[in-house]
Amino acid sequence: MSDAGAPKLLPAGDRALTVEFGDTIDAALNDRVAALDAALAVARLDGVIETTPTYRSLTIHYDPERVSFAALGASARALAAATPAPRPPRRWIAPACYDPALAEDLNETAAALGLPPREVAARHAGAVYRVFMYGFAPGFLFLGGLPDALTISRRPSPRPPIPRGALLIAGGQALIASLPMPTGWRMIGRTPARVFDAGRTPMAQAGVGDEITFEPIDAARFAALDAEGVGLRLATP
Amino acid sequence: MSATGLRIVAAGPGATVQDQGRFGFMRFGVTPAGPMDPQAFAAAAALAGNDGEAAAVEIGPGGISVTSEGAPLALAFAGGGFSWRRAGEPLPPAARLMLGPGEVLSARPGGRGVFAYLSVAGGFLTPPELGSRATHTRSGMGGLEGRMLRAGDVLPVGARAVTEVGEACPDDSFDLAPHDAPLRVILGPQDDYFGPDAIAAFLSGAYALTPRADRMAYALSGPPVTHARGFDIVSDGLAMGAVQIAGDRQPLVLMADRQPTGGYPKIAHVISADLGRLAQTRPGESVRFMATTLDDALAARRALDQRTGAAARRLRPLARAATTRRLLAVNLVSGVTDGRP
Repeated sequence: MSDAGAPKLLPAGDRALTVEFGDTIDAALNDRVAALDAALAVARLDGVIETTPTYRSLTIHYDPERVSFAALGASARALAAATPAPRPPRRWIAPACYDPALAEDLNETAAALGLPPREVAARHAGAVYRVFMYGFAPGFLFLGGLPDALTISRRPSPRPPIPRGALLIAGGQALIASLPMPTGWRMIGRTPARVFDAGRTPMAQAGVGDEITFEPIDAARFAALDAEGVGLRLATP
Repeated sequence: MSATGLRIVAAGPGATVQDQGRFGFMRFGVTPAGPMDPQAFAAAAALAGNDGEAAAVEIGPGGISVTSEGAPLALAFAGGGFSWRRAGEPLPPAARLMLGPGEVLSARPGGRGVFAYLSVAGGFLTPPELGSRATHTRSGMGGLEGRMLRAGDVLPVGARAVTEVGEACPDDSFDLAPHDAPLRVILGPQDDYFGPDAIAAFLSGAYALTPRADRMAYALSGPPVTHARGFDIVSDGLAMGAVQIAGDRQPLVLMADRQPTGGYPKIAHVISADLGRLAQTRPGESVRFMATTLDDALAARRALDQRTGAAARRLRPLARAATTRRLLAVNLVSGVTDGRP
């Protein structure tokens, strides 16, 4: 349940303050995080270095020589109380290839779920996802909205590094990986879209609160789009 | 004729280019990286006459040997308990000096400490990535090709690096090494996941650093810290020094190469003034934790910054040993380096 009261102000050491709206995965909580993040970006408070939005809280990194925990906390609470309406989400489309040649763990994961691999792909591609946060590594997108039928535990031990663009699931969550990393999650597809590129403006296209859908493509189309180096595509309303 | 720069003659594991860190992109999962011991990094920068922005070489437990390429370079070093030598001559633990082409400056691990910093006037000019030169090897970002330094690398420098400086070293002990005082912590943000007994255990026990210690995290071993409400939380933000307690009930302190967010309860964060002391702890050595307040943490940070700045201003000339011995050493080194392509 989301808590509509004043957020908690918690120290994360002597140079960061976490504004906590709740402790669950909940779109309404995440909306409040995104709204405060946007309000802080506009307010440009002295001493604020950067902010990290997560599922249910906003961590504000600050310089204690320029602003105190108490003053920053009061400003954050005042901005949070103003509750600006959440920005209407944009919807992004990510091409997704579920060919087992690229979707390295698809067959194994489907067997564990008791579903045919095509069904796992169809259900993953049929959902609308919400961007809750970035985390783990540069550009890794944490998504909510995975169909319940695809709920599966993490692997008992980490698998070798997944490639860039891996579509991962575990623990009822979905993730898009932006670079090779070892992981305990399960790779059921791959997108050629660069969700994060440090050399591109903007380096990350999808913001917290935005929506993502997947558009199935075959391996040949994957190869063509991958060579092209495409990003996410904005859905036309 | 080769470009002017600092040539790595030999590098043990752990040598990387670091500046203060890559800030502004944690929201995209980008790790700040930066120095493990921010105070020793600042000391080397102050000795080199640099502001906080300049990039230095962080020397890890494997040590390093370097030489100048193209022209003499104005270098400064500090931190850790390393044994420093130039052309075979012993040097103090912190100094600034001109290193001539062919002269080898080396840092070997000493009896204590883990990290030292080698700064050049004006900083090393490796290509910045997302506004920073800090190396994060796990994501391959920053520094030199996003990796640790190795023999044969040449780090580019600017015009200030070849401007003659007086050779000097701090006139007091300038000891930035760990000492036995407890590491001060601010409890939270998830101290409410632990009962009073667990917090008391955490604040009274001795915790030994295990061999699982790198730039990302330091795993400690000591009295168990038992959760009152389970150990899975919905990921939230954290800062360097976060003390995570996972299912093994042991503290894991997240260091410079930490992820910006984490999914285990954080019982506390080590204050910024004490991060350097923790970073310089070796596996097998023990630490203790003590709760403090935000006001005391700020006062401690100010006092430490002032001590570092003052030590870098109170300098005495650096004496050099007999010229013949130095020239002999230079010639021996030249004989080795002449064979390189």
